[in-house]
Amino acid sequence: MGSNMAECHPVGFQWVMEAKQRGARVIHVDPRFTRTSAHADQYVRIRAGTDIAFLGGVINHILGNDLDFREYVQAYTNAAFLVREEFADTEDLDGLFSGYEPGRARYDSSSWGYEGAGHHPTRPMESGMGGPPIDMPARIAEDPTLQHPRCVFQILKRHFSRYTPEMVERICGVPQDRFLEVCRAWTANSGRDRTAALVYSVGWTQHTVGAQNIRAGAIVQLLLGNVGRPGGGVYALRGHANIQGSTDIPTLFDLLPGYLPMPDADRHPDLAAYLDAMRARGQKGYWQGADAYLISLLKEWFGDAATPENDFGYGWLPRINGDHGTYRTTMDMIDGRVFGYLVMGQNPAVGSANGRLQRLGLANLDWLVVRDLTMLETATFWKDAPEIETGEIVPEQCRTEVFFLPAASHVEKAGTFTQTQRMLQWREKAVDPVGDQRSDAWFFHQLHCRIRDRLTDSTDPRDEPLQRLAWDYRLEGSGAHEEPDPDDVLRHINGLDLTTGRTVDGAAQLRADGTTACGCWQYCGVYAHEQNQAAHRKPHDEQGPYDPAWGWTWPGNRRVLYNRASADPDGRPWSERKKLLWWDPAAGRWTGYDVPDFPATTPPGHVPPEGARGPEALRGDDPFIMQGDGKGWLFAPQGLCDGPLPTHYEPHESPMRNPLYGQQSNPTRRVYPRPENPYNPSPPEAHGEVFPFVLTAARLTEHHTAGAMSRQLPHLSELQPELFVEVSPELARMRGLTHLGVAHVVTSRSAVEARVYVTDRMAPLRLDGRVVHQVWLPYHWGPTGLVTGDVVNDLLGVVADPNVLIQESKVATCDIRRGPRPHGAQPTGRLDSLRARAGGPAVAGTTSGTAVPREMP
Amino acid sequence: MTKPTGRLHRWLDSWPVYRQLTGPDRTGRGAAAQSPRSRQLHARTSAAEPPARSVCPYCAVGCAQLVYTKDGRVTQIEGDPASPISRGRLCPKGSASLQLVTGPQREQRVRYRAPYATEWSDLPLDTAMDMIADRMLDARRRGWQDTDADGSVLRRTMGIAGLGGATTDNEENYLFKKLWTAMGAVQIENQARI
Repeated sequence: MGSNMAECHPVGFQWVMEAKQRGARVIHVDPRFTRTSAHADQYVRIRAGTDIAFLGGVINHILGNDLDFREYVQAYTNAAFLVREEFADTEDLDGLFSGYEPGRARYDSSSWGYEGAGHHPTRPMESGMGGPPIDMPARIAEDPTLQHPRCVFQILKRHFSRYTPEMVERICGVPQDRFLEVCRAWTANSGRDRTAALVYSVGWTQHTVGAQNIRAGAIVQLLLGNVGRPGGGVYALRGHANIQGSTDIPTLFDLLPGYLPMPDADRHPDLAAYLDAMRARGQKGYWQGADAYLISLLKEWFGDAATPENDFGYGWLPRINGDHGTYRTTMDMIDGRVFGYLVMGQNPAVGSANGRLQRLGLANLDWLVVRDLTMLETATFWKDAPEIETGEIVPEQCRTEVFFLPAASHVEKAGTFTQTQRMLQWREKAVDPVGDQRSDAWFFHQLHCRIRDRLTDSTDPRDEPLQRLAWDYRLEGSGAHEEPDPDDVLRHINGLDLTTGRTVDGAAQLRADGTTACGCWQYCGVYAHEQNQAAHRKPHDEQGPYDPAWGWTWPGNRRVLYNRASADPDGRPWSERKKLLWWDPAAGRWTGYDVPDFPATTPPGHVPPEGARGPEALRGDDPFIMQGDGKGWLFAPQGLCDGPLPTHYEPHESPMRNPLYGQQSNPTRRVYPRPENPYNPSPPEAHGEVFPFVLTAARLTEHHTAGAMSRQLPHLSELQPELFVEVSPELARMRGLTHLGVAHVVTSRSAVEARVYVTDRMAPLRLDGRVVHQVWLPYHWGPTGLVTGDVVNDLLGVVADPNVLIQESKVATCDIRRGPRPHGAQPTGRLDSLRARAGGPAVAGTTSGTAVPREMP
Repeated sequence: MTKPTGRLHRWLDSWPVYRQLTGPDRTGRGAAAQSPRSRQLHARTSAAEPPARSVCPYCAVGCAQLVYTKDGRVTQIEGDPASPISRGRLCPKGSASLQLVTGPQREQRVRYRAPYATEWSDLPLDTAMDMIADRMLDARRRGWQDTDADGSVLRRTMGIAGLGGATTDNEENYLFKKLWTAMGAVQIENQARI
């Protein structure tokens, strides 16, 4: 679901095809019949943005028919834990959970906590990946029989009780028999002897309920015992070579390496406060080591200048206080609050939602640095943006100073990518780059040298962290080519024991006393034994099914996360067929085909002593070693901003009223109403009929995202030469569109022209007594390259998930009309009149009769 | 049938269809179909240096690539059959990597657009880096915030922002985050959020 794997991850899809040949059943749920659907045993068409209603229906089917893997659920999930009496569900509050603060469009999550355990409030962007800690998990009240009305299992049952097959049909447009067929296949292929895998991509994340989409999938997989077991799992197929690595070693505003939070101005004034917020009394699992992780990071960053006396340099870190995401920053550019912008290997003028917003931001900078392989729209906006035609950007009046620096390609530098299954693979350098082409490592090294030289004599305290920054990596190349040796940088990311100068072998060796330095605790072990483990290349035909000697997978080269759950509570495999890890009583340790993702010598029946914390506090049947209670979370007592359970909300722009609740859309979604970012109206607001169709967009095999790596290449451009829009024969008739003719798709943001592709890959949905049409476009084109076209992302507004601030770019509303779009200065005028019909600019979508979200302060 | 020998054999053996019918290449897609010219042809990889072991830069499946070079230039990029992930396969994008790396679209020189200019101009790399360093420090200073309205410490700059793509290596991302944070810059983002 939410993935077109055959198209977007074609070489990975060979394993799905191989599994199918061996008897696996493949089901594809998607708004459009795709290359993946063509290979599936069953294809299910769904209305874009209704995945939680569908998955909620699956959960209701499982619970209503006692089809859960009860032994797994009882032992390994939080099903038995009791939730506080104050908790009220969306069933009680018509689509809201208890604790909603209407004026602030956010929740006070204190009523969602476990009975008996301490609770830390959840606020966006303040807790890193681990979420707030859990105080004293040993005191959580529980009912192992799962009968108590306030136990998680019963709450789950009630919460999803109205997600019936009839309701799934009404919301998603999936006929009941088709839906029940999926339920039957999913449950029949789960249990002791069988497992089912769930695959998603950005079709799930790019929604105002993105995080909850994934939670819903995880709940199904936990109920069916499909987590931590071979052939099970929830697979996030990531879209770029190192997008996983960019999250682990984050170039993200809210995280430090290893999913530690960036310090928050209010909550983390000093090191002690930061660590207190990360670690709680009696908390189980490996987040208890956060002190060692953070202090080792500070030692890697500030070297000898990081001492116990100065909190290891913690005070030098900048603090965040809210939303500093890429869209917020772009709006600050338009408002003149950001002066300079560095863009590397990224093309926001085409690739980000609301391209016009992006380009207007670029046009209001003092300076812009773009590093890339080829010339691209983000660097050339001042001469070829669509806003030149409309007169919104005038080259002679645009002051932005632009530096384009040519970059080295992946074969012209060594280094690691982390692929979608968390595997780091080292790339050898094949050739030197030519001319001014340089690696990003060169750029940051040279920039650092220049900044350091300019600040040598500074006495300004704000320059101290730059003066004290440890930057003594082994260098390679000389003169104008001098850059850090990536092998040595990886060694420092892995971490060193400063008392011996040698690499540490795993995160357990990190210490909080300043005697270890480590750039990313999670990558500890990638350079174990002074050896680059990511460079291992033992061919697959010379090793076993888990191929441990090819690349290196975090954490600790474990290939299946939480694999303790592949054995039953007594440590025996659930079945011979699904054997992965088991307890060897004679050896007194866990053994099997994979590296144990569990303390290796903690026996199955282990009960920790009173007062234990961290890994020592894990019971022998606590497989979820990163959770403060050791269990898989069917119900998330904390960590999410928009509720402890997934709930169906309509997309921000939808043709439908929410049939389940009075609350129309996610009440905590992030909206950014402003003239450059108007929204289309949705029910219960008036004027929704101006944009009556559902819009969704995705990729093609032959192009890559915003096109900079594909639109310039002859083969790929020939394979997919032109932007097109797919519509059903019914919609084509309704709007007078002809196959291979020209049409334009319109939203309140923009109009985009495309060749019409009339196909039954698209079909109208019949739901809730009406017909809903969907429109699909690929989004790779722009004004630059061998093949050019309109920017599809210009159609989208910016509205975001409250947990992670990812934009809702997989669903919006639109109209489609035959013929070319208006050109010249017309589009703005024409759009203004559409916006007027839709209720006025920048108002729609934020004045609904239900809970109103507001921009984050 | 007795196998013909001598001149007759050489004459018959020059027929591809004869070779296909009598030899081991029954599908006629290998030796049976070769001409004297095609017999002389060699893959460009056979004369190359030992390949560099690399990874495809497009999606996140992580298909292994073998990068062949000769005289300091990339001559071919192929899938690596040893990989347990890809078993030698590449998709259309991965197969186009050679064009990505060696094509004429690759920019080789710094391009500079002065404020209000309507065309690019040239700029030496070293000069560009000096100018960028100066501008970074200036924007950092102008956007500096010591505390918020309540007096809580911020010690950060909002004057500069960075956005990275997800084809940047882990080691490079690490240096980016480290330098940016030391500068007090918090606006650092990646395709991973988009």
